[in-house]
Amino acid sequence: MTDSNKLPSGQTRIDSIEMRGITKRFPGVLASDHVDFDVKSGEVHALLGENGAGKSTLMKILYGMYHPDEGQILLNGKPVSIASPTDAINIGVGMIHQHFMLVPSLTVAENVALGLPSSRGPLTDLDRVSKRIVELANIYGLKIDPSAYVWQLSVGQQQRVEIIKALYRGAALLILDEPTAVLTPQEVDEFFVIMHQMVKDGYALIFISHKLHEVVEISNRVTVLRNGKKIGTRPTSETTKQDLANWMVGRDVDFAPDRGKVDIGEVRLKLENVCCGNDLGTPGLREVCLEIHSGEILGVAGVSGNGQRELADTIAGLRKTTSGRVYLEGRDVTGLAPGDLTDRMLSYIPEERMRDGMIKDFTVAENMILREHHKHQFSRSGFLKLKDISTHTDKLIAQFHVKTPSQETLAKNLSGGNIQKIVLAREISRNPRAIIAAQPTRGLDIGATEYVREQLLDQRKRGAAVMLISEDLDEILALSDRVAVIYEGRIMDILPRQNATRERLGLLMAGVHPEEKAPA
Amino acid sequence: MDFTVILQAGIASGTVLLFATIGELFSERAGVLNLGVEGMMLIGAMSAFSTTIATGNPWLGVLVAMLFAGLISQIHAFIVITLQADQVVSGLSLTFLGAGISLVLGEGLSKAGTVALLPDFSIPLLTLIPIIGKIFFTNQSVLVYVGYLLVPLSWYYINRTRPGLHLRAVGEYPSAADALGINVFRMRYFYVFVGGMLAGLAGATISLAVSPGWFSELTTGGQGWIAIGLVIFAQWDPFRAAVGAYAFGALRRLILDIQGPLVLLGFANPFYYNPYLGFFLQMLPYLFTVVVLVIGSREAMRKRIGAPAALGNPYVRGERGK
Repeated sequence: MTDSNKLPSGQTRIDSIEMRGITKRFPGVLASDHVDFDVKSGEVHALLGENGAGKSTLMKILYGMYHPDEGQILLNGKPVSIASPTDAINIGVGMIHQHFMLVPSLTVAENVALGLPSSRGPLTDLDRVSKRIVELANIYGLKIDPSAYVWQLSVGQQQRVEIIKALYRGAALLILDEPTAVLTPQEVDEFFVIMHQMVKDGYALIFISHKLHEVVEISNRVTVLRNGKKIGTRPTSETTKQDLANWMVGRDVDFAPDRGKVDIGEVRLKLENVCCGNDLGTPGLREVCLEIHSGEILGVAGVSGNGQRELADTIAGLRKTTSGRVYLEGRDVTGLAPGDLTDRMLSYIPEERMRDGMIKDFTVAENMILREHHKHQFSRSGFLKLKDISTHTDKLIAQFHVKTPSQETLAKNLSGGNIQKIVLAREISRNPRAIIAAQPTRGLDIGATEYVREQLLDQRKRGAAVMLISEDLDEILALSDRVAVIYEGRIMDILPRQNATRERLGLLMAGVHPEEKAPA
Repeated sequence: MDFTVILQAGIASGTVLLFATIGELFSERAGVLNLGVEGMMLIGAMSAFSTTIATGNPWLGVLVAMLFAGLISQIHAFIVITLQADQVVSGLSLTFLGAGISLVLGEGLSKAGTVALLPDFSIPLLTLIPIIGKIFFTNQSVLVYVGYLLVPLSWYYINRTRPGLHLRAVGEYPSAADALGINVFRMRYFYVFVGGMLAGLAGATISLAVSPGWFSELTTGGQGWIAIGLVIFAQWDPFRAAVGAYAFGALRRLILDIQGPLVLLGFANPFYYNPYLGFFLQMLPYLFTVVVLVIGSREAMRKRIGAPAALGNPYVRGERGK
């Protein structure tokens, strides 16, 4: 009997963990309002909710990072106290954070050994650690070289290191915080195979995600949170994507916005053999050639860090090209300063909206005129026309549904979704000829995402040329007319939307031309 | 000019830079930039000299120097770790504070007479090695030999031990270390203290061994700044730090000695006849430091030469891992 109680890693399984009536208040916010949640051995329980719905708070309580104001946690039916991550680890709870907690300059074995006692006292015992890593890795066919440095590993491999790290510490329950956000579709498939195997072996898994199709695919049960309250728990087999989305947002959601038919016009933005360096001094873009037409959205798909940032920066004039030309409406704009490009009606929605998209300590109104403050519309001989600025801001706040207490509120005090709406309002309201949108919906909740996508489609209808750089394939497929795939700074291929299947894009994103695969 | 003599003296004077550089290296490896090295060295030099005059025991002088400088470093630690203030500004103020304190407490100390110095000795057998024996192992101060030991020990500690592993993690990715139960704040306080103690030791090395005495702020003469430059030059590696420190020590000596003789390599010595050339030579180490600091402060360059990723950033719990 005892054997059936053990997991393959040798750890005793956790039959169930139950969180009862968990309440957590932060100043001014009820982050978690009498939430019940439980997970059993051998199941994947998905936790769904928009940003700020209370998913992270609930899981941080389970992992001992926050202390609940009310409620209790039961382990196999008996109350336990989890006061710190160390307590959580001791009872077998492991957490895979969304942002990997790995030190890039250390090896896999060193990362796993971090913070653990060593059999050799003050000296490290990396040989023993390495042996155990290989043992654990073999159980789930996770190929990992313990002596490799983390910076050498792909994102998918780094995630395996995180899993092994948790198993090494004796985890029987894993909290997976948006584990698929950084993976290619193929890596997601591999990851799901591992999850299936772990569930079969008796692990308990909590899967946090906002990608509904993944939740439907992998989970046994699903719990939806909204505004800190639990909306309900259901077996996944009894729900659909649409149900879950409506539940999460609290109203009907339009998933595939109507793209409508738009006539493609002349070439607005053109890149010819553009090369540039990246921050490490190695090539960032290699011989990139692209054309974007009026009334067209060109999606740029790729795994994070393959030159997307360099591409956006280069077009926006923030990064020098080492060779090649950039044309805007037929005119050579290579090497022009961002301000000149602004005056030629190029708009840029940057990836790091808090850093590059606005000035955090400026008011909403000031942020609204960042691009155009020098024009007659907003200033005269050096003085700002405060009244005109205020009217303009009021108009945009209404038009773009920005939720802000006032025009004078500092941007940094708004939510991510509202900050993005300000950036959009500023960039789009000038009726630009071309728009570069880099990861425009990253980190936004479903409602705000839906809004941003509609706005981009509206711009396309108006006749702007839009470049949409995104790591979210669903987004690329929902919006683009053509899809370019970028890999190691090269454009692998440009596919018309109807030919851009998930599988084909996935291979290109991993640097493989589908045609090159063995013609077996 | 006998070059082995110059090099021999260079090693001794390089030991000062070595201690200060290794100390700063520990602090920076933990993610804390401490620009107050110069101030802490002055504190060390002054308190070592003054304690030795008062007690006649140079060892006690070394101990007091290390503790006093270590203590002063904790002001910086508190400001940048607990209060999360800007490390550059705080470090600069520490330089002024250290200089101020040591000038006030050291008032009159330069006329206080001579002190019992730390012993010099030679290592039997090793002195017999041609040239190297003469340069490294003959009539050197005990602190020079301590320096020889410190380099490999530091390297081993950082790269091969568990606390060293934690040190690297804290400087590279503090939130990961925190998530694994390593106390980031305590570790940083500790390594800033280590840096302070070694800067104090560097100061003591000047006033009790290399150029004994107290000459107010000229005692250190900007060597604390050179040490900060050397950390970047060394790419945060103790062995490279040693190479840099000894090379600079030798250079300092060479610059002094080259101005002496009338004839140099068979020609009339230009440095003797034209003192302005000498000033130019004396400027070189500082020029080097400025150049290295400029290069080292470029984000892209820092990534390339392997600066600790979290260097200069306060650690705030709960902020997204960056």
